[in-house]
Amino acid sequence: MTANSERLPEGGRIDRTKPLRATVDGIEILGYRGDTVASAMLANGIRTVAPSLYRSRPRGILGAGNEEPNALVRVERRGSSPMLPATTVELTEGLPVHTLSGIGALEPNSEAKDLDTRFAHTDVLVVGGGPTGLAAALAASEGDARVLLLDDQPELGGALLRGTDAELLDWAGGAAELLRARPEVTVVSRCTAFGYYDENYLLAVERGETLDRQRLWKIRAHHVVLATGANERPIVFAGNDLPGVMLADATRAYVNRYAALPGSEAVIATTNDTAYEAALDLAAAGVSVRAIVDSRAEPPEDLAAMACQAGIEVLADCVVAEATGTDSVAAVRIVRFEQPRRTVRTIRADLLAVSGGWSPDVGLFSQSGGKLRWNETLAAFLPEHSRQRQHIAGAARGRYGFARCVADGRFAGVSAAESCGYPAPDSPLRPGISERATRVETEQRPVWIVPAETGKPAEWREHFVDLQRDATVADIARACGAGMRSPEHIKRYTTIGTGSDQGRTSGLTAVGVLAWLRGMGSPGALGTTSFRAPAVPVSFELLAGRDTGKLLDPVRTTPIHPAHRELGAEFENVGQWKRPWYYAREGEGMHEAVLRECAAARTGVAMMDASTLGKIDLIGPDAGEFLNRLYTNGFKKLAIGSARYGVMCGCDGMVFDDGVVLRLSENHYTLTTTTGGAAGVLDWFEEWLQTEWIELDVWATSVTEQWSTVAVVGPRSREVIGAIAPELAVSNAEFPFMTVRETVLGNGIPARIVRVSFSGELAYEVNVANWHGLAAWREIERAGAGFGITPYGTETMHVLRAEKGFPIVGQDTDGTVTPIDLGMDWIVSKRKDFIGKRSLSRPDTARADRKQLVGLLPDEHGTLIPEGSQLIGEHTPVTPEVAPVPMLGHVTSSYHSAALGRTFALALLRSGRERIGQTVRTPVGDRLVSATVTEPIFYDKEGARRDG
Amino acid sequence: MAHTLPEHPAKLWRNPEPKRSYDVVIIGGGGHGLATAYYLASEHGIRNIAVLEKGWLAGGNMARNTTIIRSNYLWDESAAIYEHALKLWERWPDELDYDFLFSQRGVLNLAHSLQDVRDSVRRVSANKLNGVDAEWVDPDEVAKICPILNTSHDTRYPVLGATWQPRAGIAKHDHVAWALARRCDQLGVDLVQNCEVTGFLKDGDRVVGVQTERGPIRAGRVGMAAAGYSSVLAEAAGFRLPVQSHPLQALVSELLEPVHPTVVMSNHVHVYVSQAHKGELVLGAGIDAYNSYTQRGSVHTIEHQMAAAIELFPIFASAHVLRTWGGIVDVCPDASPIIGPSPLEGLFVNCGWGTGGFKATPGVGSVFAHTIAMGKAHPLAEPYGLERFTTGALIDEHGAAGVAH
Ligand SMILES: Cc1cc2nc3c(=O)[nH]c(=O)nc-3n(C[C@H](O)[C@H](O)[C@H](O)COP(=O)(O)OP(=O)(O)OC[C@H]3O[C@@H](n4cnc5c(N)ncnc54)[C@H](O)[C@@H]3O)c2cc1C
Repeated sequence: MTANSERLPEGGRIDRTKPLRATVDGIEILGYRGDTVASAMLANGIRTVAPSLYRSRPRGILGAGNEEPNALVRVERRGSSPMLPATTVELTEGLPVHTLSGIGALEPNSEAKDLDTRFAHTDVLVVGGGPTGLAAALAASEGDARVLLLDDQPELGGALLRGTDAELLDWAGGAAELLRARPEVTVVSRCTAFGYYDENYLLAVERGETLDRQRLWKIRAHHVVLATGANERPIVFAGNDLPGVMLADATRAYVNRYAALPGSEAVIATTNDTAYEAALDLAAAGVSVRAIVDSRAEPPEDLAAMACQAGIEVLADCVVAEATGTDSVAAVRIVRFEQPRRTVRTIRADLLAVSGGWSPDVGLFSQSGGKLRWNETLAAFLPEHSRQRQHIAGAARGRYGFARCVADGRFAGVSAAESCGYPAPDSPLRPGISERATRVETEQRPVWIVPAETGKPAEWREHFVDLQRDATVADIARACGAGMRSPEHIKRYTTIGTGSDQGRTSGLTAVGVLAWLRGMGSPGALGTTSFRAPAVPVSFELLAGRDTGKLLDPVRTTPIHPAHRELGAEFENVGQWKRPWYYAREGEGMHEAVLRECAAARTGVAMMDASTLGKIDLIGPDAGEFLNRLYTNGFKKLAIGSARYGVMCGCDGMVFDDGVVLRLSENHYTLTTTTGGAAGVLDWFEEWLQTEWIELDVWATSVTEQWSTVAVVGPRSREVIGAIAPELAVSNAEFPFMTVRETVLGNGIPARIVRVSFSGELAYEVNVANWHGLAAWREIERAGAGFGITPYGTETMHVLRAEKGFPIVGQDTDGTVTPIDLGMDWIVSKRKDFIGKRSLSRPDTARADRKQLVGLLPDEHGTLIPEGSQLIGEHTPVTPEVAPVPMLGHVTSSYHSAALGRTFALALLRSGRERIGQTVRTPVGDRLVSATVTEPIFYDKEGARRDG
Repeated sequence: MAHTLPEHPAKLWRNPEPKRSYDVVIIGGGGHGLATAYYLASEHGIRNIAVLEKGWLAGGNMARNTTIIRSNYLWDESAAIYEHALKLWERWPDELDYDFLFSQRGVLNLAHSLQDVRDSVRRVSANKLNGVDAEWVDPDEVAKICPILNTSHDTRYPVLGATWQPRAGIAKHDHVAWALARRCDQLGVDLVQNCEVTGFLKDGDRVVGVQTERGPIRAGRVGMAAAGYSSVLAEAAGFRLPVQSHPLQALVSELLEPVHPTVVMSNHVHVYVSQAHKGELVLGAGIDAYNSYTQRGSVHTIEHQMAAAIELFPIFASAHVLRTWGGIVDVCPDASPIIGPSPLEGLFVNCGWGTGGFKATPGVGSVFAHTIAMGKAHPLAEPYGLERFTTGALIDEHGAAGVAH
């Protein structure tokens, strides 16, 4: 290999003023802007890529686009990528690539890329910037419809770029210019649509010139025009995987577009007209074209004449039976179409350009729900029926040739614009259409496979169908022999079509071979395997976009958050919220901090940010009725200015959420939910309001973020409240438990203060508008300073409520617990109906031996039973090796208590209430810990502390 | 060079025409239908069996699942049936004489919140007492088991630990189906493809056969194993099932050199991943929330899944999604299956396995076959009867185990 040794002296669409250097497997290659890695490799004389995956056979470059199965590379450093086809990677300065044998490798610390997402709404989306797509976009935009045109190449023109017809290329250039000048048209190059979902929602990936910049387009279009072109098919014969065997159209791309020579002596094998162009273009580039092997008995006269003129022999009614050579093609053996045993000729060649016909690129069409139908004349599956507002046009529906593509594209564009309500003025395009462009193709004679001279198909291990997966006719024959009939089975048995090339060169070929093996004539009746998104591989990071790292899920903090940070809080994730878990002082761990915080709340005064609790405003004349149906207890008759604790069940009668409901006026209630349950509860309300009880006049609004709440807790809390709210009468008589007061704090902040308690102590919750949250916190801190007011976090809150036996929904319940299991019979109305009521009377839900909430006191006062531990009977042997050990329940909450001077726990225990006083055991590490079952209340059983 | 897959047998199944009558007809040629036929034929001596499949054999969820096998479920009833299945998995490669790449590489279920930790400890504690191998592992141990997992404290939802079941793992789903199909075929079972059941032949309240697109077929007993389409079939039979069908999606990457030694599931960050034998990463997440019978889902589900995957495995960032697909999963209100008699005599139901029935395949086969052969629920199936939706004896695995699949 020598640098640029196989580069044609002139021509091509590369920019010779911009030379580039890159490395392939550490070897430097030279190229130009406009090259792909593959074209630069060929121009530098590299025709062999990494050996094949399973059989280590030498492989070369087969294609020139995303159909490439062999030439896979890994890109390092910026733009790092584990596996890409070299035929789609643009050559850039210094690019380091390594060839791969069908298996990629991830780089541990790859550099971050610039990745973004963009949303687009458009009247018409045109996918594909070849002649069809350009014509469609031009027509659609003539009447000012908004048009978005995507094309996956750096340059518009599609298949034209592979040719040399200046007239047509000029037309494309002109069309592109016209489009770019139209204000309502957006043209995006290097952009590949890969997913087509319902309601004309498409996803596309736009690449920068370098691989480290990519953009994900999310497009919603009123009408879509698919102008995705067609893919050339290979032919299966012995040795068809040798380096030097290429798709005919790819050879054209290399000589015409990249000015790179893929070989020096060529044979062309074809079933149709298109490869004649490849033959002529190769010859014009100086390749010695030895023969065109045409499966058809009578190749079209005009083409044969042109070949003859170029000095190329045409072997009609012939096919290639074998490519031979050790490391690459050295010779091509040709046989009669119907007589595979009769060798007609063996020709020396280092390039075998193959055209097995064309398959419309119907991947996106199929993804969109469109149906396909086999067309015998074109030997292809064609789009038959669209399921979305869409046209598929040009080669993508088997309309070949420039003139027909343009006409078809134009028709699609006009219809698309009209379907969006835009006029499509009748100004037919007048490209100077050359003769070649209007030529109508003659029929092809499809060849899926050229059988070997000898043996059975099950032995043809050199007839390759999927080059990336190293799968052959032998594999398909074996699958068939095993009893498989469906292409989906064949695909899975052989892995054909599952490679990173999405089976572009193998999927349909496999179906063709299967049809041949089953003697079916054509693959029509077999159908294809499903086309699935993405049409081209897309990186995880692109789909993830910016929603990674800290942005994986939004972090929610309350307005008081800065104060928590100043106080050195440790935070706990609760749903999306960051909540202070505990506030450790110098020298304290969590244990010490929590004991101190608990003691403050029980003996002095403490404060907590309770703003994260979900809050929902319910307004309307039926608000009370609605609440009555949702909660197990009644709210219709709740006095204005009062508060009441409530529990909600699911339809199954199991506790779903809880909170406190306040009645502010006749038609206005406001309620709290658990922090994690807020969104779910609002959804629940809306579901009932919108789908079941549409007659109720109620509006539910989330006000979680509108209010900040500070809980002030402890025997001295009344004094603190009195200090911050001078206008408020705070005596027990004037502001009793479970009532609400609206007031203005001394610092001028309006506040809603509620007397509720989740700790059993005298306590208040001060609610202020969100933007006053921090000021209110500071005011309370200031007023409480003299009483040693102590901020506390969620852990202390949990301990305090557990000492009182208040369950936490989601911790002490798990969706299998009724309010009665929690010992809350008192809250379950016998009179009114509510969601879940009927379920509570089901035989299993009404059983007496259900798991019930109880307390546990470990026999050793200092032993903390891990939360989650399973409980067993006092005398139950622990021999799980022999048989499952019967379990009675589990520990839901477990703490050290400052007030009790010992550990304690809450548990759900089978027939728990009956077992009070008994002993249960639980495995902790290697030993069994015993505990006594108690009532689930450990502190202030009489409730004497509530009023201070 | 990559691992080559074991070669498949040269003979898998015949493609018989359906007969006019069978002793037992199984509707649905997925893993469950095939395993049931296998046990009916091999353990209950019933040979005159047909498995009727509307499409290609095992082309439903059996061909679409992410192949995670584990038995570390919370409730006793679940642990019993999944552990029964896992023990059978351990025997199957020999018993079925087929290397379907059963790999006990272990599964980590990650905990990211304090409540996750409580739930995990609870499950491990229950597993141990139920004789299921399980451990709670801290973040350092997690990092040792799966070094590419991001266990740093500086993430949105740091890994606080995990449950670890060493005997869990993966298998190659298609190959499992073919192993079963081959055995069924050898035992004389007719596997009939492209044969959709469209209705039931009834004699009063008794089912005596099925109506199919290829004509009526009489049957002594009929077993339903139609996964996502169970509710449709039940409706045709004249009763309703408490089952909702949802799309569930999965995806694979290109083939990659081995980086991921085990199976990792995170319910909180919401993704689960393994690396298959050939080298592709296999990922899944939660169901699409809406009801559907079409085997496709919404792309935003995939986008979230990718973000979650990169969060847990930064090294996956540059990997490519090669293929996405969807199956239709049948979900019960308590996220547990239904196995047992139906309201109609002679018709038996197995459904509701939702997002997690692949791992149960051998267990379902043995238990459902017993149920059909004996005419009443196998002891392991008893808790899973339809009555539980009336009595309220639900086996609620979503709240508790928290983790699907
Ligand atoms: C994306 C995805 C990932 C999953 N991941 C896992 C996992 O990691 N671990 C796990 O344990 N489980 C997983 N599952 C669940 C698992 O796949 C299913 O629970 C299980 O496969 C269901 O049993 P089956 O194999 O019999 O179902 P299927 O394979 O769906 O079989 C049902 C069959 O019935 C046929 N049928 C339906 N109606 C009719 C009719 N009227 N007439 C004839 N035939 C009919 C269908 O065509 C189908 O072939 C996953 C599922 C999906 C979709």
